[in-house]
Amino acid sequence: MEMASRSLYSSRQRMLKKRDDFEDVLEELRRSSDLRYALRCYTPSLYKGLVPCKASMLKTIVLQSDHLQYVIKQVSSESGDSSECVTEEASLILDEMAHRLQLSTVRFFAFMLSKAFKRLFRSVCVNEEGIQRLQQAVQEHPVVLLPSHRSYMDFLMMSYLLYMYDLPLPVIAAGMDFMSMKFIGEMLRMSGAFFIRRSFGGDKLYWAVFSEYVKTMLRNGYAPIEFFLEGTRSRTCKSLTPKTGLLNIVMEPFFKGELFDVNLVPVSISYERILEESLYARELLGVPKPKESTSGLLKARQVLSEDFGSMHVYFGHPVSLRSLAEGKINRCQYNLLPRYIPQKPSTDNHEFLNDAAFRLVRMQEENMVLKPWVLIAMLLVQNPDGLDLSSLTEQTDWLRHLALAFGAFLDWPDHASCSEVISCSLALHRHLLTVSAGHVQLSVTEALGAETTPEEAVFHRAVVVLSCASYRNQILHVFLRPALLAVAMQSANSNRKDDIYSCFSFLRNMFSNEFILCPGDSVQDFEEACYLLMKRGVLQVLEHEIVMSASGHSTLAFLCAALDPFLQGYQVVCRYLCEETNESLTEKEFVPAVRNFALKLILAGRLKCYEALSSDLQKNTLAALLRLKAVRKVKVGDQVTLRVNKIAVNSLEDTLGGTIPTQKPVLARL
Amino acid sequence: MASNSSNAQQRLRIIAGHLQKHTGDGNTSVAAQECKAEASRSDPSSVTPVPKRRQEVMKWNGWGYSDSRFLFNKKGQAEFTGKRYRLSGLILPSLKDWFEGTFGANLQHKSLATPTLNLSAVAPPNLSEPFVEDLKAASVSASHDPEDRVFRAHGHCLHEIFALREGRIGRVPDMVVWPSCHSDVEKIVDLACKHNVCLIPFGGGTSVSSALECPHEETRSIVSLDTSQMNRILWIDEKNLTAHVEAGIIGQDLERQLNEHGYCTGHEPDSMEFSSLGGWVATRASGMKKNIYGNIEDLVVHIKMVTPRGVIEKSCLGPRMSTGPDIHHFIMGSEGTLGVVTEVTMKIRPIPEYQKYGSVVFPNFQQGVACLREVARQRCAPASIRLMDNEQFQFGHALKPQVSSMFTSFVDGLKKFYITKFKGFDPHHLCVATLLFEGDRGKVLQHEKQVYDIAAKFGGLAAGEDNGQRGYMLTFVIAYLRDLGMDYYVMGESFETSVPWDRILDLCRNVKERIVRECKERGVQFAPLSTCRVTQTYDAGACVYFYFAFNYRGLSDPVHVYEKVEHAAREEILANGGSLSHHHGVGKLRKEWMKESVSGVGLGVLKSVKDFVDPQNIFGSGNLL
Ligand SMILES: Cc1cc2nc3c(=O)[nH]c(=O)nc-3n(C[C@H](O)[C@H](O)[C@H](O)COP(=O)(O)OP(=O)(O)OC[C@H]3O[C@@H](n4cnc5c(N)ncnc54)[C@H](O)[C@@H]3O)c2cc1C
Repeated sequence: MEMASRSLYSSRQRMLKKRDDFEDVLEELRRSSDLRYALRCYTPSLYKGLVPCKASMLKTIVLQSDHLQYVIKQVSSESGDSSECVTEEASLILDEMAHRLQLSTVRFFAFMLSKAFKRLFRSVCVNEEGIQRLQQAVQEHPVVLLPSHRSYMDFLMMSYLLYMYDLPLPVIAAGMDFMSMKFIGEMLRMSGAFFIRRSFGGDKLYWAVFSEYVKTMLRNGYAPIEFFLEGTRSRTCKSLTPKTGLLNIVMEPFFKGELFDVNLVPVSISYERILEESLYARELLGVPKPKESTSGLLKARQVLSEDFGSMHVYFGHPVSLRSLAEGKINRCQYNLLPRYIPQKPSTDNHEFLNDAAFRLVRMQEENMVLKPWVLIAMLLVQNPDGLDLSSLTEQTDWLRHLALAFGAFLDWPDHASCSEVISCSLALHRHLLTVSAGHVQLSVTEALGAETTPEEAVFHRAVVVLSCASYRNQILHVFLRPALLAVAMQSANSNRKDDIYSCFSFLRNMFSNEFILCPGDSVQDFEEACYLLMKRGVLQVLEHEIVMSASGHSTLAFLCAALDPFLQGYQVVCRYLCEETNESLTEKEFVPAVRNFALKLILAGRLKCYEALSSDLQKNTLAALLRLKAVRKVKVGDQVTLRVNKIAVNSLEDTLGGTIPTQKPVLARL
Repeated sequence: MASNSSNAQQRLRIIAGHLQKHTGDGNTSVAAQECKAEASRSDPSSVTPVPKRRQEVMKWNGWGYSDSRFLFNKKGQAEFTGKRYRLSGLILPSLKDWFEGTFGANLQHKSLATPTLNLSAVAPPNLSEPFVEDLKAASVSASHDPEDRVFRAHGHCLHEIFALREGRIGRVPDMVVWPSCHSDVEKIVDLACKHNVCLIPFGGGTSVSSALECPHEETRSIVSLDTSQMNRILWIDEKNLTAHVEAGIIGQDLERQLNEHGYCTGHEPDSMEFSSLGGWVATRASGMKKNIYGNIEDLVVHIKMVTPRGVIEKSCLGPRMSTGPDIHHFIMGSEGTLGVVTEVTMKIRPIPEYQKYGSVVFPNFQQGVACLREVARQRCAPASIRLMDNEQFQFGHALKPQVSSMFTSFVDGLKKFYITKFKGFDPHHLCVATLLFEGDRGKVLQHEKQVYDIAAKFGGLAAGEDNGQRGYMLTFVIAYLRDLGMDYYVMGESFETSVPWDRILDLCRNVKERIVRECKERGVQFAPLSTCRVTQTYDAGACVYFYFAFNYRGLSDPVHVYEKVEHAAREEILANGGSLSHHHGVGKLRKEWMKESVSGVGLGVLKSVKDFVDPQNIFGSGNLL
């Protein structure tokens, strides 16, 4: 644990870290009966400070807690409702929220999932050392499981694995959307899910019930708490900027001394093929996602007949919250107020929380297993017209070595030639590809009839590109820092280190809603990028200058190309805001309007970058512009409109395009 | 039988021991006296309770009387030597198993102390000749004998005793002076100011905050002002129930002498065999029976202190005043940094008619704390109520002087005993509260019932008077155990805090766990003993006392490890809403946290008082600020 928290802050060390080996859990399963697994004797090791308590008791404990009682009184005196009435309301909230974890349901799921997983996946690989560490961790301190979120499968898989390995079953924070599927919702509830409304902004009572519910389970060591730091499934396969609400809740019992420590366990779940792959792409392109309904999920049965390759689950080192907070949080700040009275977190806490959240997501990223296909996808996205198989093979091999040098967690088969590996990958992802006469390319046109409109053609093409990009996205974090440096070198007007750094930090700042870039780590990231590229022989880092080595060109060009879709996409958004908007653009209209704008550019042949159509990219750009105060939100009536500072946006666009070098004054003015 | 009024006396006799047996009360007077002439000291019938050469009756490098110590005899059995205590001369059959089991210690591995003080290790005194001359002229008793000086260079912190055991002697006072009355002190302070000499008042020497340590950076001559010869009760006022006492008097002497007149102060800190009235005032001490008699701040009516600016005192003996901030509160807790407390008027009470011990066993610590909280809520705490956690409970059993458990291991024996006696109690969780009731018989019995009824609500079962009495008896011998531990590579220390009720459980758990974790991280091989008890209850919280001890064999710098662990434990206490100290004080040991404890402004206030009272920093012990 010590190790984990230390390495959390040292990227060098991180790069050299040896990762654990994997075991395939399906292997044994295929050899024996699913029923036996479902009915196996389940005796998980328990937290040493466990306060034994039945799920039904939880409700009483929560309702009678000092904290909730306090808030009930407060709400009652503010609203004029009687406190019985407010208590009743709290009790209803709890009913709606609470899980009803039941071993029998879990056994049922285990049975079903064993069958399903065997059909869906070739293998489900787990690092057993991680399981052993977790086994230790759950006994020592309450545990919070923080899996990455790419698929609905994630939490089913988590519970399934924990059950298989005789670990305590987690309770899982889930979004309310499941609740619309009555049956499935109840099943999930009985397998440990508890449900939270998506938005409850100022609802004090809801917040109190919710936070007390989670804290009670944590304090009593009732079960590991599981939630997704990213808040929702990432549709792009890039990690999402973490949400800190729940993290704050699970940290508070430690801050207030109610727990000696909490073990935070990042878990990285990666899929060779994502079940929702094309759904996501469509969603990003503006086809509304189908409401999760039971029948919808049943239709997923046809999914069962497909091959989704392998999946990997990596249980990271438990991070001791205590070590993480050491020297950063002054716990004395809670001394002067009874602990049941809610207290606004101090700025220190806020920063810490944010920082911790980013670092935990970084840890998820780093332990995410990458398949060879990801490298191929990257090359295919960069070469829209496709590649010859031989050149693809050659470049993939090159890229593989670069990725490894940058610390990628690549699952490359041991005893296969590069071309074998590539043909396997291409086979698995054939639905995205057109392969003919030794030429590989993202699948095009073929499926389209004569009556297809040009718009529809663009849309079809975009689905393929975004699907493929989502695989590339999985590995972007490996190249991100060197790529930012490569772009910075290209756009800086000298070789001077400080010039390059200022470009770097401009880009980093610009893209901090797009990628996981820990706030405050700018210098560290810069140094890491320099170090990696220097080690690779791409750069020479002198005292005041950074110069490209003779052989460095191809690597730098590749890295620039990796970021190119984002640079272009952001510029498109900026251009839209400068050229097309007036005072009355509402927040709601923003995405469709930008999409239209981009579509027109593509149709006119002025834009090649299909990723500009992605609503994710568009929203991230807007978030960045809002953060940089180049755009402001103004409430007009019941609409939120966007006020654009065109000069500022224009100058950002130019800077991104490299037509003008980073201008500190412009930024400063923003 | 055990519960009658003679019990009170009996207990005091135990405490008092037989040091310097008193023949009559020739040296105690109840009338105002002039300063005793030095000559009267030679009168054998009035031998003072604490001799100037303390090292002749007390250990120079350990706790307490030289004749009393724990040892493992040839058979490997623990025994307690001497004749002073109830436990003296007895064999403790379970202690060895407990000791080896708890610490992973081994009786083969000894780490004995340097037997005698190596005089050459003591630096020659840095004397201020003119001061010495003037002192002689004023006929104040003084010495610069190295043994006298070394004895007054330390309190009883672990690092202090450990260094002595290893024969390491740091900076020691250059001289010891023994004033015999208030005016002697005035003379000494005047001369110290005149010759710019540093004074450190020395009472019983029981400080556990490094308060008596000579500051390393002090270049002036350091003089230890030993108050032990100012030890008379000057008068007793039965109308107002007060006594006027010289501040050097030692706790047990004060109680014994008042007892002879039918009174007591009721102030009984665990160190009362050796600590002094002046020391109590200077550290804001707390006694075991504060629930009836109050802490030192409740007990004093009037204090006289000699400062470089002159004498500070109030003009009357009114029981309470509204005359601005209470000047007593600048004196109490001043830790020898402002002046010398010379005389104190204290409340006294008639000796209680009846005393009764008791004990309650709880299924776990949480229930025990809940019970104490309820007792405090109902404001019906007995004279003393203490709750030990499971480890201390087991420890208490290891100190049972018994012969029966020859064939069973210690915990097995416990198990058998408690499973038959307290059904359903897990011997690894149960904990015990000890009780002491005082007052008139009828009220005590009624009070007792009330407390046991509350206890029953929290699953507590009465566990007999003997267990209770034994608990309190052990209070005085436990301090001797540390020396035994250090003979076998085990070092330990205790520390305390005060904390609001609702945070007690969390604080106890976290601090204990922090100690375990810190030890582990610092290379301590065997898990330490990390245990606590709640020793005092208040309306709004309680005092919690921690013990920790560990096997330091194999560590290259055990004291350093120990200091790091203690430091971490204190940080943990503060982070969990505990105070910097309930009664041990700050001294130099905890000074780094003063500012955060009392705020910058608060510290500034104290500094400005110090600047006014002692601009030359004559009282330069460097404590507190
Ligand atoms: C085994 C053990 C048990 C203890 N139990 C308790 C307990 O139950 N309750 C409790 O409160 N404390 C306890 N203590 C701590 C200690 O006994 C107290 O702090 C006690 O008040 C110190 O008194 P002393 O006479 O020994 O003072 P010393 O140790 O001699 O001095 C302590 C400080 O007071 C100053 N001082 C002493 N006399 C005077 C004076 N006349 N005028 C001005 N300053 C003076 C000294 O300069 C020094 O700074 C215990 C200590 C030990 C070792």
